[in-house]
Amino acid sequence: MKKKNSIGKSVIGILASIINFLPFYIAISVAFKKQTDLSSKWILPNYLYLENFADAFKKAEMLLAIRNSTIITVFSVTIIVLVGAMAAYPLARIQTKFNKWVLNLILAVMMVPPLSILVPLYSNLSSWGGISSYWGIILVIATFQLPLSIFLYTKFIATIPDALDEAAKIDGASKLQIFYKIILPLLKPVTATVIILTGIFAWNDYQFSLFFLQAPEMKTITLAIASFFSHSSSNMNAAAAAALIAILPVVVLYLALQQYFVKGMVDSAIK
Amino acid sequence: MAQIKSKNTSFDSLNFMYVPALILFFVFVVYPFAKGIQISFTNWNGFSQSYKFIGLNNFKTLLGDKNIFTAFKNTLIYGLGSTFFQQIFGLGLALLLNEKFRGRDFARTLIYLPVLIAPVIMGYMWYFIFQYDGGALNDIMMLLGRDVRDWLSLGKTTVWLMVLINSLQFVGISMIIYLAGLQSISTIYYEAAEIDGASHWEQFKNITIPLLMPAITTSVTLNVIGGLKLFDVIMALTAGGPGYSTHSLSTIISYTYFNTQNAGYASAIGLFLFAFIMVISIFLQKYFSDKEVQY
Repeated sequence: MKKKNSIGKSVIGILASIINFLPFYIAISVAFKKQTDLSSKWILPNYLYLENFADAFKKAEMLLAIRNSTIITVFSVTIIVLVGAMAAYPLARIQTKFNKWVLNLILAVMMVPPLSILVPLYSNLSSWGGISSYWGIILVIATFQLPLSIFLYTKFIATIPDALDEAAKIDGASKLQIFYKIILPLLKPVTATVIILTGIFAWNDYQFSLFFLQAPEMKTITLAIASFFSHSSSNMNAAAAAALIAILPVVVLYLALQQYFVKGMVDSAIK
Repeated sequence: MAQIKSKNTSFDSLNFMYVPALILFFVFVVYPFAKGIQISFTNWNGFSQSYKFIGLNNFKTLLGDKNIFTAFKNTLIYGLGSTFFQQIFGLGLALLLNEKFRGRDFARTLIYLPVLIAPVIMGYMWYFIFQYDGGALNDIMMLLGRDVRDWLSLGKTTVWLMVLINSLQFVGISMIIYLAGLQSISTIYYEAAEIDGASHWEQFKNITIPLLMPAITTSVTLNVIGGLKLFDVIMALTAGGPGYSTHSLSTIISYTYFNTQNAGYASAIGLFLFAFIMVISIFLQKYFSDKEVQY
C-alpha cells in the first residue's frame, strides 16, 4: 500500500519534470538535425551531425557574444558585490532614522520596472556616449541589481554580533579596518548568493542589452540568439544549436553548485 | 568624553560607505525618472533637438488609446495569470517534493533548471513547439486528426500561451519558496491534529495554509511583479503582434519609442507602468500583512 503510493508520487514527479524539460528536448532534437531533415521535432536524429554548432559559432559569432557577456557579467557582479557590501555595513550597523529611510529608498528601487524609465535612461546614456559601451551596460545592470545585493548583505550583517566590532575596536582597530578585516571575511556565504543571483541576471539580460548595445561588435549571447532567430533567412537548426551553447555554461554551473543556487533563491526571497 | 566624541564621529564617518550606491541610484534611476516626467509633457520624437511642451496631452491620449488598453489588459493577464498558475503548480509540487519518493531530487533539479535560463532564450526554444510549419504542437494536432494552427498569431490565446510559458519557466521559484515554508512547519501541529481526528484536508486548510502565509506572501509578490514586467518572452515569440494583440505595457513602451518614435508618449506610458506596479505592490503588502498569523 505504502509502496504503491510512493510509485504514484514518482510518476507525478517525473511527469512534471518531463513537461518542464520539453522545450530543451525539442531544441536538442532540432540542433542535432540536418537542415534538410524535415522529420518531426519529436524524433531525435539517428545520425550524429554537429555542423549546426559550427555554424552557430561562425554565423552568430557566439565566441564574440560569450566574450562580451562574460566581460559584462564579471564587471557588473564585481561592482554589485563591492558597492553592495560597503553600503550594507553602515545601513546594518547604524540604525538611525535617516539610514532606515535610505535603506527603504534603496529597496524601492527593486520595484522600478526598467522599461518605465527606458526613454530618459536611453537619452541620458546616449548623450553621455554610453550606448554600445561596456561601462554603460555594466553600470545600468549593476544599479538595477544593487538593491538585491544591499538587501542580502544588510540582512546578513545584522546577524553578526555587535560584540565582534566592539572587541576589535578595543584592540584599536578603526571602523574601516573592522569592516575590511573582521566583517568582510565573514560575508563569504552571502557573497556566494549575491554572485549567483546577480550573475545569472547579468548573463541572461536582454531588456537592457537590446537597447543599450546596438553596435554588432558589442552583442551579448541573448542578442546573438535573438538576431539569429529573428532573421527568417537563418538556419533554424543552427539557431537551436546557438541557444544550447548559450545556456550550457549556466546549466553546468547549476548542476555542479545546485545547493548554492537553491539556497540563494530562498535567502533572497524570505525576509 | 573623548571616547564618546570619537564614537560619534566614527559612526557619522561610516555613512560615506553607501555614497557610491546612492550615486549610482541617482544617476541611473532617480535622475532619469525625473527627466522622464519632464519628457512625458512633451512631443519629443526621441532624437531631434527641438520639441514642444504639450502639457497633459500624452496622458489624455493614453487614457483613450485602445492599443494601450489592450496592453494594459494583457499586462494584467501576464501578471495575475502567471501568479495563479505558479501558486497552484508551485504549491502542488512543493507538497509532492516534501514527501520521500524515488526520483525526488531529479524532479527538483529539473523543475528548477528553467529558472536560470534567459527568458528570451526560453521563449525561442518554445518557438519550436508553437511554430506553424513543423512545430512540435502541430505535429501532435495532426496525429490527433485536428486542424493545425498558427499558435503565435492567435491574439488572446497566444497571450495565455505566453502566461503558461512564463509560469512553467518560473514555477521552480514558487516551488522552492513553498518547500522551505513547508519544512519550517513543525510536525507537532500535525501530530496534535491527528490525535484530534482532523482529516488531511482539514489539516491542510487549518495548519498548512495559515502557517505558509509568509511563503505565500513572498511567492505571490515576486510572481505578480515579475509577471507585470513581462518583456523578454513576448519579444521572442510575437514582439507584441499580430497588431497590438499581445503587447504588454513594457513592450509597447519600447515599440512606441523605437518604432513609432514618440518618445514623449512612451515616457508617459512608462510613468503609467511605474504607478501601476507601485499601486499593486503597496496593495499586496497591505493585503498580506493583515493575513499573516502567529501561532
